Amino acid sequence: MQRRQFNKALAAAGALAAISPLNIARAQGKPLKVGVILPRSGYLGFIGQSCQKGADLAPGVIKDMLGVNVELMNADFESNVDTARTRAERLIQEGANVLVGPFDSGAASAIAQVAEQRGMPFVINIAAAPQITEQGYKFVFRNFQTAQDIVRNGLSLIGELFQATNTIPRSAVFMHVNDTFGQAMAKGIGAAMPRLTQLPFKIVDQIGYDPAAKDLSVEVSKAKASNADFLLLVCRLNDSIILRREMVKQKWSPMGIVSPGSPGMYEEQYFKTLGKLSEYSISNVPWYNPKSSVTKRVEAAFKKMNPKDNLVFHGLNAGFTFEAILIAADAYKRAGSTDPKALADAIRQTNIKEKMSLGGPIKFNEKGQVEGIGSACVQNLNMLPTVVLPKDAATAKPIFPAPTYKKA
Amino acid sequence: MALGLSVIFGVVRVVNFAHGEMMTIAMYAATVLFAALHLDPFLAMVPVAAAFFVFGYLLQAAVINPFITRPEHSQFMLLVAIAIILVNSMLMIFGPDAHNVQVDYQLESYEIGPLLVDKARLMAAGAAVVAASGLFAFFRYSLTGKAIRACADNYLGAKVVGLNVKHLYALTFGLGAVCVAIAGCAMVVLVDVTPPLGPAYTLLAFVIVIVGGLGSMGGALLGGVLIGVSEALAGLFIEPSAKSMFSFGLLILVLLLRPQGLLGRRT
Amino acid sequence: MNRRSIALAILAALLIALPAFAGNYALSVATLILYFAYTGQAWNVMMGFAGQLSLGHALYVGVGAYAAGALFYHLGIGPWAGLWLAIALCVALGLVIGFLAFRFSISGVYFALLTIAFAEFTRIGFDHLDFTGGPGGMFLRVAQRDAWDLANFRGPPLMYYYAMLALTIGAFALCASLLKSRAGYYWQAIRENEEAAQALGINSFRWKMLAVAISSAMTAVSGVFFAFYYNNLFPEQIFHISRSIEIILGPVIGGVGTLFGPILGAGVLTLLSEGITESLAALGWEIPGIKQVFYGVVLFAVVIFLPHGIWPPLAKRLKL
Repeated sequence: MQRRQFNKALAAAGALAAISPLNIARAQGKPLKVGVILPRSGYLGFIGQSCQKGADLAPGVIKDMLGVNVELMNADFESNVDTARTRAERLIQEGANVLVGPFDSGAASAIAQVAEQRGMPFVINIAAAPQITEQGYKFVFRNFQTAQDIVRNGLSLIGELFQATNTIPRSAVFMHVNDTFGQAMAKGIGAAMPRLTQLPFKIVDQIGYDPAAKDLSVEVSKAKASNADFLLLVCRLNDSIILRREMVKQKWSPMGIVSPGSPGMYEEQYFKTLGKLSEYSISNVPWYNPKSSVTKRVEAAFKKMNPKDNLVFHGLNAGFTFEAILIAADAYKRAGSTDPKALADAIRQTNIKEKMSLGGPIKFNEKGQVEGIGSACVQNLNMLPTVVLPKDAATAKPIFPAPTYKKA
Repeated sequence: MALGLSVIFGVVRVVNFAHGEMMTIAMYAATVLFAALHLDPFLAMVPVAAAFFVFGYLLQAAVINPFITRPEHSQFMLLVAIAIILVNSMLMIFGPDAHNVQVDYQLESYEIGPLLVDKARLMAAGAAVVAASGLFAFFRYSLTGKAIRACADNYLGAKVVGLNVKHLYALTFGLGAVCVAIAGCAMVVLVDVTPPLGPAYTLLAFVIVIVGGLGSMGGALLGGVLIGVSEALAGLFIEPSAKSMFSFGLLILVLLLRPQGLLGRRT
Repeated sequence: MNRRSIALAILAALLIALPAFAGNYALSVATLILYFAYTGQAWNVMMGFAGQLSLGHALYVGVGAYAAGALFYHLGIGPWAGLWLAIALCVALGLVIGFLAFRFSISGVYFALLTIAFAEFTRIGFDHLDFTGGPGGMFLRVAQRDAWDLANFRGPPLMYYYAMLALTIGAFALCASLLKSRAGYYWQAIRENEEAAQALGINSFRWKMLAVAISSAMTAVSGVFFAFYYNNLFPEQIFHISRSIEIILGPVIGGVGTLFGPILGAGVLTLLSEGITESLAALGWEIPGIKQVFYGVVLFAVVIFLPHGIWPPLAKRLKL
C-alpha cells in the first residue's frame, strides 16, 4: 500500500474511532470546561456581574437543551487589561477548553492574543470594536454586532419607528459619549447617514461629552439651543441618567430620546433612579427575542436563580453571555472532544437556528464574526424595557412622539 | 470639598489623596440615612459631619501623624492604600450599582428671566458658602482657630509656646473631614454614588485648591467658581469633552506662574 | 566578588532559567513583574536619584507606545526605528516638564501635581487625536507569533519574557554605574541639601535635568515594549492616573532610591496580588472587591511599618 493511501486509511480509521458511539459517550461524559472572564470589580463591575448571571444559569439550561455537561471556571479581570491577560493564561493552564467573555474591547484584544498564541478558542460575548475580527485571528469568534452593524441596524430601526408611528421629525441633535464605544458609533453614524436618504431627518448638531463627567449642563444647553425635534443619543448608563435629569432641569422635552445602539436607557438603574422620567426612552440594540423558546427557558432559569430580579434588565449582558456558552457547548457536542483545535473547527461550522438573540442563525464568517444578528427597538414602557419593533417580536406598540413633548 | 483639602494641606501639610474617597463615603452615608430614616441630605449633613469629624480626628491622630515628617511619596502611598481599602470596601458593602436619593426638589429649577437656575445646585452652593464662612470665622475669631493657624505658620514656635500640636493637627483633619461630609451630602442630591467615584473628585479638588491658593479659604471658593465657569465656557466654545483639558491647562499655568494660587500666601 | 554580586548572579541565573520550569501562566506573571520592575527602576531615577516625585509617569509610557505604534501602524516601520522616535519624544517632553518645574522652582507636592496635570492633559488630548485612533484605540497587526523575529519584535511569549529580562538587567546595570559615577554623587548631594550643593558649585539644574532625561528615555522604551506586547493602545487606559500609581508602587514598597528596591517591590506586589486571588479562589470567597481590600491592607501595613521600603531592612538581615 502506498504511504499516502496508508495515511488516508489510518486517518479514516482514526476518524471512525473518534466518532464511534463509545467515544462520543466517553467524551461527553467529561464536562466542557468553559473559562468565563468578566470584569466583576473595578469600574465595569456592575456590567460584569450582570453578564455573570447569564453565565451562571447556562450549565442548567444547556443540559436540558443539548444534554451536554458544562463546567464554569469563573475569573474576574478587575476591569484591568494586564489582569485579563494573566487570568486568561491561568484559566488555560488550569484546563479550560474554551474561553468566553469579556465585555470590554481592550480586554478582548489582550485575551485574543493569548488565545491565538495558545490555540485556544475564544468566544466573545460582547465587544463592539470592529478591529477585533479584522486582525486575521483563527481562534477568536464573536457573536455580537460590530459598531457598524449596530449603527446600521439602529438607524434602519429608527426609520421603521417613524413609519410605524406615522411621524416625520425633521431634525435631530446627536449627542455621544466620547469613549471607545461612543467614538466608533459616531464614526459609523457619520458614514451611514448620508447614504440613508430615506430617513426624514437631518442631524443639526453633534455634541461629544466625557464619559466620566458628572455635570452635563453645558452639553444639554447646547443641545436644547439646537431646537432639534428629537435627541439621538449614544450613551452609557451613568451619563444617560445625568442627561435625562439635566433635560428636566433645563425644561427641554423633545419628541423623544432615541439611541441608535448604546447601553444605558434599558438598564435597571435607569428605571430605579428616574422613575417615571424613564418612560418612552428608546434604545435600538441587539436584543433577545422575547418570543423564542430558548428565551423562555433562560427566563425560567433566571427567575429561579434571581428571584428578586428580572431578566429583561439584563437582557443584553446576560443573554449574549449565555449564547456564547451555548455556542461552545454546541460545538463540543458536534466535535465530541475537548481538544481546543477540534473545538475551534467545530465552532467554525456552527449553525444554530434555535437561539435567544434576534436575527438569523448563528453562523461565523471566515473572520470569526457572526453576521445578521438582529436589533430590536426597545422602548421603556410601564417601567420595563419592551420590544416594540420588529413587529413579529414585538410585545407592544411604539409610542412616538412622547406624550411629554413640548415644542421648544 | 476643596475647602477641606485646602485646610488639611495648609495646616498639616499632608496631601490627602483619599479625599475623593472620603467624600464617596459621605455620599453613601447620606443614602443610607435617607433610605432608613427619610432624612433629607441637607439635614443629614449634621450627623454625617459629626461622624466624619471623629473619623478624621482619629485618622490623623492614629495613622497619619507619624507621616508628617516623612517624604511625600510615603504619605502618598499611605493615602493610596487607604483609598484602595475604602473604595473596595464600599464595593463589597454596597455593590457596584449606583445608589441615590430621591428628593422632590432634585429636578426643580427657578426661572430668573432667560436663565434657568437649578434648585439643587443652588442649595449646594448655599451650603458651601455657609460652611466656608463658618470655617473662616472659626479660624479668625476663635482661640482654637488661632492656635491652628499658629501651628501652620510656625511648627516649632507653636510647640515652644506650649500648644498641643498633635491634638490641633487632628482637629484640623477633623474639620477638613467635616467639609468633605457636607460636600458629600450636598453632592448626593446631584450625582448618583458608585464606588469608583472618588479619584476624579480628588483630582478636581486639587485643581481648585492649587488655582485658588493652598491654605486660603477664600481662594478655595474662588477657585471653585473659576474652574466651574471656565469649564462651562470651554465646553461651550471648544469641544465639550475637552473641557477638563482646559482645567488641567489652567492648573499647569498657575503652578508655573503663581504657585501660591490666586489668593494664597507665599510660604 | 562580594556577597551582593554573587546573590545578584544567582538571581539572574534563576530568572534566565525560569521558563524551563514555569508554565505559561507563571511566565505571563513573570513578564508582568519584570515590566513593572523595569518601569519602576526608570521612575526611580527621577525620584530616588534626583528627588523629584513624578506622579504622571504613565505619560512617557503612553507617548513612547503611541510613537512607536503610530510609526508601525501608518508606515509599517518596525519597533527598532520607532524606539528612537519614542525616546526622542519622551526626552523632549521630560525636559520641557523639568525645565518648567525647575526654572519656576516647583518641587515636592507641587511638582507631583504638575506631572499629574500633564498626564491628564495628554490623556484627554489623545482622546481627540484621530491620527492615533482616538478613544477607539490603535490596534497593531500581529504578523506571526511562533518564530522569534527580533527585528519586528514578534514572537512567542518566551521572547517577550527574555526581552523584558534583558531590559531589567540592563536598567539595573545602568543605574548601578550611574550611582557610582560623578552624576550619582551630585544627585545624592542635591537630594540631601540642594542649596548646600549649589553653594559648592554644583549646577543642580543641569544634573536634575539629566535625571529627568534618563528617566523619561528609559520609560519610553517601556512604552514601546507595551505597544508591541499588548498590540492595542487606548488613551483612557494607558495615560490613566491609576497606571502612574501602578508604576510607583513597586519602587516605593521596595525602597525608593535603592537599586534593588524597584525589582523587589514589583515582584512582591505582583505575587501578592496573584497570591491573594488564588487563595480567595481556593477558599471559595468570590466576592468582587475583597481581593483589593486585602491588597490595600497589606500595602497599608508595609507603608506604616517599613517606611523606607522592604529592601533596606531585608538587605540588612541578609547581610547584603
